[in-house]
Amino acid sequence: MRLELRPHIPVWLTLLAPLLAVTLALLSCSVLILWTGSPVVTAYGALIQGAVGSGFALTETLTRAIPLMLTGLGVAVCFQAKLWNIGAEGQFYAGALAATLLGTGGVPVPEPLLLPLLLLAGWMAGGLLLWIPAWLKTQLQVDEVVTTLLLNFVVLLLVSYLLEGPLRDPLALGWPQAAPVLEAAVLPKLIPRSRLHAGLILAVVAALAVWGWQRLTIWGFEMRAVGANPVAARFFGIPVPQVILYTSLVGGGLAGLAGVCELTGLKGYLTLDLSPGFGYTGIVVAMLGQLHPLGVVAAAIFVAGIYVGADSMGRVLGVSSYLADVMVAAALLWLLVCLCLIRYRLRWE
Amino acid sequence: MNPSPRSELGSELALQVQGISKRFGELLANDRIDLTVKVGEIVAILGENGAGKTTLMNILFGHYLPDQGQVRVFGQPLTLGSPAAALAAGLGMVHQHVLLAENLSVLDNVILGTEPLWQLWSARAQARSKLMHLATELGLDIPADALVGSLSVGERQRVEILKVLYRGARILILDEPTAVLTPPEVEQLFATLRRMVERGLSILLISHKLQEVMAVSDRVVVLRQGRVVLSTPTATTTTTALAAAMVGHQIPALVRDPQGRGEVVLELQGVSGGGLREVSLRVHRGEIVGIAGVAGNGQTALVDVLCGGRRPEQGGMRLAGQVLRFWTPQLLIQKGVARIPEDRQGTGLIGSLSLWENWLGGRYREQPFCRWGLLRRQVIEQQAAAALARFEVRGHQGSVRAPAQVLSGGNQQKVILARELFRDPQLIVAHQPTQGLDVGAVAYVHGQLLAARQGGAGILLISEDLDELLSLADRIGVLYRGRLSEPIAREQATRTALGLQMAGQGYAS
Repeated sequence: MRLELRPHIPVWLTLLAPLLAVTLALLSCSVLILWTGSPVVTAYGALIQGAVGSGFALTETLTRAIPLMLTGLGVAVCFQAKLWNIGAEGQFYAGALAATLLGTGGVPVPEPLLLPLLLLAGWMAGGLLLWIPAWLKTQLQVDEVVTTLLLNFVVLLLVSYLLEGPLRDPLALGWPQAAPVLEAAVLPKLIPRSRLHAGLILAVVAALAVWGWQRLTIWGFEMRAVGANPVAARFFGIPVPQVILYTSLVGGGLAGLAGVCELTGLKGYLTLDLSPGFGYTGIVVAMLGQLHPLGVVAAAIFVAGIYVGADSMGRVLGVSSYLADVMVAAALLWLLVCLCLIRYRLRWE
Repeated sequence: MNPSPRSELGSELALQVQGISKRFGELLANDRIDLTVKVGEIVAILGENGAGKTTLMNILFGHYLPDQGQVRVFGQPLTLGSPAAALAAGLGMVHQHVLLAENLSVLDNVILGTEPLWQLWSARAQARSKLMHLATELGLDIPADALVGSLSVGERQRVEILKVLYRGARILILDEPTAVLTPPEVEQLFATLRRMVERGLSILLISHKLQEVMAVSDRVVVLRQGRVVLSTPTATTTTTALAAAMVGHQIPALVRDPQGRGEVVLELQGVSGGGLREVSLRVHRGEIVGIAGVAGNGQTALVDVLCGGRRPEQGGMRLAGQVLRFWTPQLLIQKGVARIPEDRQGTGLIGSLSLWENWLGGRYREQPFCRWGLLRRQVIEQQAAAALARFEVRGHQGSVRAPAQVLSGGNQQKVILARELFRDPQLIVAHQPTQGLDVGAVAYVHGQLLAARQGGAGILLISEDLDELLSLADRIGVLYRGRLSEPIAREQATRTALGLQMAGQGYAS
């Protein structure tokens, strides 16, 4: 019995890998559920019920998936070009902050233009935030893993300061939160009496657009080449620094959009807990989706389902909902194992 | 080592391979191979990549179990599939890439693994005398206490050979031993091999270099597609006959028409930086300028300067008379510089991208490949398929969507040629363009370079292979520690003179 490297990985295997990884993750986490003394089957039943078991559950899962799709896309686009963007969290808040600055009535804008303007501003804020580390990477070879990660804290502290000071809503009874965005800036609800908003359409359209952009355009080609082998790409005549710079604008922009959507579609006003780590979970989503835009959409729905379902599992059985984090992490680890294994073929001799 | 007098030569059979077959799925890697090596004989196994040489070696050394056939060593049947049995029977393998621990001394490397651990210290004195005895007998000068990390590649190979002999091997198998050596080191190695067979050892030499096989072997066995197609005493054959047997058809001789050269296309003036020291050079249209030299003497920096990857610290460059002010690969591609890099998998191709993408390379913004920012896949794929067919690329089953990494080295090189020669470049920078290629592919690449020369391109051919330079180049210079000697016409160049220059003679320190 031997392992042989496959010259070609068939498509069905790349699709099978995440499903297998999810199954293995749930199996391995069942040990943890047993440890808490709860019956595994009931627990997973409650989780699935809570995630997709009813119309309401489904809308909750999809609502939670919206920011994950966008941050996941933002990360995936960058990773595809080997720009290691760990800063989607900061870009998320930069987008939300830009929307707050322009959308709370401080700046006079005609009503129909307000929402497009906020989306554009959020895009630019997120994009420019990632552009700084990308520029440092191309000019001075500064490691972007460090700079993007640390910029998250810079942005969070800035938002924190603004919410305590200049941006604090005087009507918020002293809570550190900004004024709500104007009525005209609110993303419409998709289904009445649910929290699901039009951000879902935006996120899915963004995924399709990124997919087409990567597959069909010369910029997609440049990014593929730079991501696969920057040295060879440079000698192909591809302007590698420029590619990294515009990739940063696109990737950071998508994460910035996530902030705008969460603000204008769901919460309505900026607080410091607008994101429970959507930026970091976006990295997991991007990896689970194998950096493919449509894979990211699927992965975001899966991860959102685990989080929403785990809340309901916690309510029913008293199992800690932090288990959701473990499950998502386990799914990622198993996926890495599976992705490694599908490169080989088992041969019996 | 049991020295036996040379007079017994030919009487005793050291190694007999009888009807060995090995199949991997569809591929019949070895097809009823018969082969004998007599005591005191050097037998060369010649064959292209994929002819089955490596499979045969792995069977002899016990890494693979053959489907059929047997092997006898000094008349005794060898237990197949066991490296330990092969070692015990007296077979020793010297690998192409030397496998030694750099942080240990020569002596430690040799005895490593031969003695039980608790005896290591007590056995050292004895081991040292045995090693020194072996070394003096073969005339190998080896500092037993030097760290292997401080030795040159040639010296390390000698240590590897001594290590195998130390373990009592009487039949040595050498896998492409000259791949990493300079011409003088190759001569030394061959002298050692001859001394070894004089002392009654037997040698099986795997190679794809015809000249070397002719120079050192007593008999040649040619493999093609897993079969022995020719087995003959070396003295009665010629390189042409061997080449034809290897590829299965006659290799057309290189046609190198004399022609006058055109105006200067490339001029370097006092270029320094990145290891280069005041390199000046002119290349005319319609000529091939060869640059000889051992790897690591500034070749990579020179190629990088010429292809826009590196801006020289001093000095300047003119292309077709124009002074170059900006140094980017993109600009130099636009100015008609084609690059055939040494490291085809690292910087020549992007292995995970498809063939059409690799063929397209930097032309993606040009008509007719792009419209409004969209790649015109149909046009590109059609043209890529046509170009790859014209350059005789094989191994992708006609699909230009296959990733470049599925191709063999020779076919990858053809993809690079198809891309770089697409628009009649005015300057071609070829760095080791035939390294690691089969005879057939080498002839193809040489033919393309000569055709480009005929077509009026200036060509800079940087190679470590003197035969290649002497057969292709119009003028040859030598790069040594970043300095380039004045290129001399091929008619005046000799292997000896170039070899001495490569070793540093005639350069200001």
